[in-house]
Amino acid sequence: MGRYLRSLGAFWSSSLAMELEYQLNALIELLSVLGNLAGSVVVLALFYGRGHDLGGWSWDEALVVLGVYTLLDGFTSTLLQPNLGAIVNHVRTGSLDFVLLKPIDSQFWLSARSFSPWGLPGVLAGLALIGLAARRAGASPSLPTLLGTGLLLVCSALILYSLWFVLAATSIWFVKVWNATEVLRSTLVAGRFPVSAYPPALRTLFTLVLPVAFLTTVPAEAILGRTTLPWVLASLGMALLSLALSRALWRYALRYYTSASS
Amino acid sequence: MKRSLRLARVLLSVQYAYMLEYRAEIALWALSGLLPLIMLALWSGAGAAADLSLSPAELRRYFLAAFVVRQFTVVWVIHIFEEDALQGRLSPYLLQPLHPFWRYLAAHIAEQATRVPFVLAIVLAVWLLGAGASGWPPPSTWLLGLLVTSLAFLLRFLLQSVITMACFWSERAAALERLLLIPYLFLSGLVAPLEAFPPGLRRLALATPFPSMIDFPARLLSGGEVDLLGGLFTMAAWTALLLPLFLLLWRAGLRRYAAMGA
Repeated sequence: MGRYLRSLGAFWSSSLAMELEYQLNALIELLSVLGNLAGSVVVLALFYGRGHDLGGWSWDEALVVLGVYTLLDGFTSTLLQPNLGAIVNHVRTGSLDFVLLKPIDSQFWLSARSFSPWGLPGVLAGLALIGLAARRAGASPSLPTLLGTGLLLVCSALILYSLWFVLAATSIWFVKVWNATEVLRSTLVAGRFPVSAYPPALRTLFTLVLPVAFLTTVPAEAILGRTTLPWVLASLGMALLSLALSRALWRYALRYYTSASS
Repeated sequence: MKRSLRLARVLLSVQYAYMLEYRAEIALWALSGLLPLIMLALWSGAGAAADLSLSPAELRRYFLAAFVVRQFTVVWVIHIFEEDALQGRLSPYLLQPLHPFWRYLAAHIAEQATRVPFVLAIVLAVWLLGAGASGWPPPSTWLLGLLVTSLAFLLRFLLQSVITMACFWSERAAALERLLLIPYLFLSGLVAPLEAFPPGLRRLALATPFPSMIDFPARLLSGGEVDLLGGLFTMAAWTALLLPLFLLLWRAGLRRYAAMGA
């Protein structure tokens, strides 16, 4: 365990040093977070400005969902995109060989090797929006609420990670899953809005198949203090299940890894 | 003339064969453009169509058309050019008596050809789910729509190519695409028909090239009322502005190109 923590420290400080060489990217990333946020708020306003609501959520409550989405998007840019986006290249160029030879778990190495500080503006903006909107929606920050929110946010981060990892692991077979991760990113935009705003068939799809509901709507309900025990348990179960699935798929996929042609 | 024709045929058939190799990924890509259909679910769920002077059937046709237009206007030249420039693969291309961008253009067109079956399948599925209740506009309308869609693709390709020239000055120019994607996402008509915008925002959107890339072709394709000549003129005007800019930047950038990594 200590070895893993020490490795993590070395990984992240080295990638931080590397990323800081590209300082202009900080500005670009900041602008992109703000622009995306402004755009999403405008889209929400298109609905609410005409007196319609989305699935029974008030304006402030819908903003909480958007905040959770922004937070997760920042998490994606910080950890998921730089690491899991690179797996494809490891498979294509054969450098996965070196990763597999290292005396450390390959899934851990592939998932935690890089750290990009440019996702942090998104994380901060998400947290700020959540705090602001939750207060306006009249949520009370009691201890159980905070604990439950924390737990559910961790669950949604784990689910998101597993989705990314599963998709990236398929590159063992498809070699060029190229921007397959972009695919995921653009499908998950559905999480910008409360899941109850969708028609019933899509709602089921977003809960069971592509767990968008667990990513943003369920944590948002916890923040607003109206989540119920079954949802917490379902979210926990979903997180554990998807994590186990990603692990199993990785082991299975490695059996098919034949290295790049020399 | 004869040489150009032969060149085009060879480029296209080579790239098509290359893309067919990756058809599994391209199927995934086709799924990534589902945003217009997700937005369609939201708009019809919120019962907002009534305010937009669009009937529910028109709204469905608009978003379905926007989906098709989006599928055939996907551009990724900045990513591939960044990689080619960084790894020095651009150098051999520069030695050939052919502007390297023709190769990228051919790759895009070939990729769209591989996409056709997937897009047809998705359109058919949505159709059967009820979007087709009101019939489809006559062939002359949607043939014109498809033609304008390919013009929209060329315009978007040109716009991204201009941004791509930043690759000569920075190693991380693809990050700029993230910025460009924001106005494209929110102002082009992908998330909402332009009628839904408040007048000020709508004027702002129409002052950018983005509505020409989704809204205008989608409207033609879905058989809505459009100012055909005005729309085409807008596209021509943007092309007349962007094309010289691209050529200028290409020349300036090429002088800086240092053939890294080769």
